[in-house]
Amino acid sequence: MRLFRLLTWVEVKLFLREPLTVVFAFGFPLVMLFVLAEVFGTVPVVPDPGDPVAFRGLSPLGYYVPGYIALAAAAAGLIMIPAHLAAYRESGVLRRFRAAAIPAWIIFGSQVAVEAALSLIGGALVTVAAYAAYDIAAPVSVVGSLVAFLFIVAAFAAIGVALGAVMPSPRAAQGAGVMLFFVMMMLSGTGPPLDVMTPLMRDIGAALPLQHAVLAVQDPWLGFGWNWLQLGILAGVTVVCGALATLAFRRQ
Amino acid sequence: MTDDAVIVVQNLRKTYGSRVAVDDVSFEVRRGEIFGLLGSNGAGKTTTVECLEGLRRPEGGAARVLGVDAAARPEKLRGRVGCQLQDSRLPDRLRVWEALQLFAATAPGRVEWEPLLAAWGLTEKRNDAFSGLSGGQRQRLLVALSLVGDPEVVFLDEMTTGLDPGARRTTWGLIEAVRDRGTTIVLVTHFMDEAERLCDRVAVMDRGRIVAQDSPAALIAAEAGAVRVTFTGDGDFGWLAELPIVDSVTRHGAWVEVLGEGPVLNHVAAALLERGLAPFDLQTERPTLEETFLKLTGHGLED
Repeated sequence: MRLFRLLTWVEVKLFLREPLTVVFAFGFPLVMLFVLAEVFGTVPVVPDPGDPVAFRGLSPLGYYVPGYIALAAAAAGLIMIPAHLAAYRESGVLRRFRAAAIPAWIIFGSQVAVEAALSLIGGALVTVAAYAAYDIAAPVSVVGSLVAFLFIVAAFAAIGVALGAVMPSPRAAQGAGVMLFFVMMMLSGTGPPLDVMTPLMRDIGAALPLQHAVLAVQDPWLGFGWNWLQLGILAGVTVVCGALATLAFRRQ
Repeated sequence: MTDDAVIVVQNLRKTYGSRVAVDDVSFEVRRGEIFGLLGSNGAGKTTTVECLEGLRRPEGGAARVLGVDAAARPEKLRGRVGCQLQDSRLPDRLRVWEALQLFAATAPGRVEWEPLLAAWGLTEKRNDAFSGLSGGQRQRLLVALSLVGDPEVVFLDEMTTGLDPGARRTTWGLIEAVRDRGTTIVLVTHFMDEAERLCDRVAVMDRGRIVAQDSPAALIAAEAGAVRVTFTGDGDFGWLAELPIVDSVTRHGAWVEVLGEGPVLNHVAAALLERGLAPFDLQTERPTLEETFLKLTGHGLED
């Protein structure tokens, strides 16, 4: 445990020494949320006859806040972990750790611990900023939202570790993480709301994990109850990506 | 198996696809010695030590370190074995003192890592990031990390690569001091001068096999062949060939070359002095480990 705590602390310091990643992980979701809040406001939009209901008929900002908590977790998992782990793999840091017989659970556990901490801070920043600056309703089910958040953190940690395991180089891992992040952001209800998307957009988004993450936390937050299906999908993503990463790292 | 063997390698075999990297390799390393694994690039040295470091699983044979199967139970060796790997880096933004502190935590109990800073000339660099160190400083840090916590066995893979001549000599002295404290050291190198200076015994590897193992002096003596003595002088020195130890005497311009076996220099010097001759440049060429290596492997390091 002493070694786990020390390595995690080292990883936190290494993360803080990468200013661009820090700014991105914490700043980007805040900036996006600010833009969306200023454009769409907090008053539910009444659709013209024949138009679809947008933002599930609720306050636009209220709709976006839980989604951006999920997005903050995605940023931590996809922007930080893949490039970091791929660099460890490529430059022999992992081999050096293994030669010192540092157990795999400590090496990867410290990454996940840092990712979870960043997600928590990122999600908290989004929440605090939104409630401080705008008048929106409190989450309906705090427990349901927190449970969903844990599933989201686990899923994006697993995706990040898997990308770091299979991508051939740190640059490729970084590129894949960033691209996946932005494609998902546009198609998962954190860009245009899901209810105004075309069926094709929604279908593509449904193949990506962020849409499930957004729905998993949005439903309890906005009062639609626990979304077991989405929690199950997130758990499945965690298991599959975790297994993939384990296999890939074992093989090296 | 001898009683004081801390490393036992028996019939080790490792292949990468169809290429056999290590082929039926056996050797023992005794407690407190510096054991050298010599060979050209691709001879199988690094693969052999990686099996001992628990980084690779051999297909056949055994690789035991301190009585532990290194590939199967690497965790049992944690803190007892130190490694400096070839071509391994640390995280770019990790600072020197943080690296030492982190690796010190892998050993059980409290470990004093501060003295290593001074011993390895890193005191002024303690707050520098790994990526900001020069090649030599990085190499010194990586060797220092392998010594954190006074391990019983240390593997050093090309430890002086990237060091300037002065730093190499300093490093040799430091490694000898580590050995003198009772640590067993396995030194992988393709620098023959380094092996000759440091190693108590060496194994010469070629194309995945061990072709010879002994002390450097014994290897040199066994493979040395003719001893060559030269000096300059006027006149005919053909009479030197009558000495039992001398095989031939040849003149090359002003130079006279005497070939023989054994302590040729002593006998030639005595015979010359008997006739009142004392050429100031009388000398013998001591065969080096490098020449011995070339004879043993039948090809150069660059092959």
